[in-house]
Amino acid sequence: MAMIEIRNLWKEFGDDVVLERLNASIEAREFVTVVGASGCGKTTFLKMLLGTETPTRGELLLDGKPIPEEPDATRGIVFQRYSVMPHLDATGNVMLAGELEASRWLGRVFGANRRRLRDDAVAMLKEVGLEHALDKYPHELSGGMQQRLALAQALIKKPRILLLDEPFGALDPGIRRDMHELVSRLWREQQLTVFMITHDIEEGFALGTRLWVFDKERLDPQAPEAYGARITYDLAVGRDDTGVLDDINADVDATARTIDTQTPQPTGEHP
Amino acid sequence: MKKLINRQPNRYARWFLGLLPFALLLAIYIGASSARLAENPDDPLLPSLTQMAEAVERMAFEPSKRSGDYLLLQDTLASLQRLGIGIGVSAALALIFGIANGAIPYVRATLSPLVVGISLVPPMAILPILFIVFGLQELAKVMLIIIGVTPFMIRDMQQRTLEIPEEQIIKMQTLGANTWQTITRLMLPQIMPRLLATTRLALGTAWLFLIAAEAIAATEGLGYRIFLVRRYLSMDVILPYVLWITLLALVIDFLLNRWSRWRYPWFHATGQ
Repeated sequence: MAMIEIRNLWKEFGDDVVLERLNASIEAREFVTVVGASGCGKTTFLKMLLGTETPTRGELLLDGKPIPEEPDATRGIVFQRYSVMPHLDATGNVMLAGELEASRWLGRVFGANRRRLRDDAVAMLKEVGLEHALDKYPHELSGGMQQRLALAQALIKKPRILLLDEPFGALDPGIRRDMHELVSRLWREQQLTVFMITHDIEEGFALGTRLWVFDKERLDPQAPEAYGARITYDLAVGRDDTGVLDDINADVDATARTIDTQTPQPTGEHP
Repeated sequence: MKKLINRQPNRYARWFLGLLPFALLLAIYIGASSARLAENPDDPLLPSLTQMAEAVERMAFEPSKRSGDYLLLQDTLASLQRLGIGIGVSAALALIFGIANGAIPYVRATLSPLVVGISLVPPMAILPILFIVFGLQELAKVMLIIIGVTPFMIRDMQQRTLEIPEEQIIKMQTLGANTWQTITRLMLPQIMPRLLATTRLALGTAWLFLIAAEAIAATEGLGYRIFLVRRYLSMDVILPYVLWITLLALVIDFLLNRWSRWRYPWFHATGQ
């Protein structure tokens, strides 16, 4: 059975149709990258996987059951920003999950348990290349280091599904390439199922095993919100396929321009 | 030559310019005071610096002829105790109710309108009620401070709690946190430095209510003393007392700021 099943899924905000008639199934250990123009419901879709938004029609199933309607430990997430706790140092951020699990009321542990959690956290920080920044606070870290920390913090909880919402959108190109290697390695080692939203189609092709393009098949230039986006391409990637890449680029750009000229602020992205 | 908006004073110039208005005010006062005293040596309105120094000596360093107490010390301790209890209780209430309101929508829906309502009541208008209900002792004066500053502190703490990025609250849940853990490990530590900042602002208002309450019913306290000696036009006592209150307020504000920077360096580093 597929890990995640999407059956005739719709998402509407009032008259504004964001997503319509989504159908797909995802096996465990897939790495799905999601690309598309702003306002095409990528983030809304991720929020439904996360549990902070609910579908208006259709079903979103995890292991055959409706996905829980609030965030929990099965689904880890890294946002573009604000993913780590500013009041904890790097080690404290990574230890947090273990402390919360071990102590229901205090959320803190002491003594031997603490040392064990600390050792685990340090090992995880080494894994993501932050062994030199163990006691640094997030504000002392660069953007790339903060995202490494956010990955370490999420992955130490061993989530089954890792959701990445444009995690590298604010990073320099060189740093991005390092982060791609890191994410690929962690995905293989920790046997994760990954959903990653990106603006960068090449990134989507390079990283994933499967690439989804969210785009509006029907697009009324006078009212772009009248029809929702669908998955217009669902490709197995990881091989050289530049023809398709160019097609997708052209489609996505056309949609982006139409939405951009009609709606100054895409309402679907931040309802 | 650069435009005026682009010209920065250097360090010495900044000190000089900052002190200049104080020096000017002092000079104007001394000039006016000696002009009046030259005309009438018993004029009480603008006492000379020497007269004020004598009054300070009498109030601070000589035991009172009537009670044998050092009046300035006694007044200061009485006022600081009221202020400390009042602002301490207010901060504790603001922390508890502010976070509860900010974190839990059901609590917010229940309490937030009440807090807004109470915060709009002018506290001085209910001072008589406080005296009737709590008597003329310490409790009424402390209650005036609490009623005067707590509602707006709660509203501020609620707002700060709501400003914690949604991403971090979601992240806590994906790390397995329940509601209580989200409050204690995410919201509480992030709100503490903001509570200190709000307390610093609230102190100004707290002093206002303290002095008002002491002026009306007290037997000791900085506000009581000022209003007592007003009957004798004792400006030589009032002016040093006002300066002393200002200095106390400055020191408390400085200490709270230092405390915040020492305990919560991450808060001050992220541009707050």
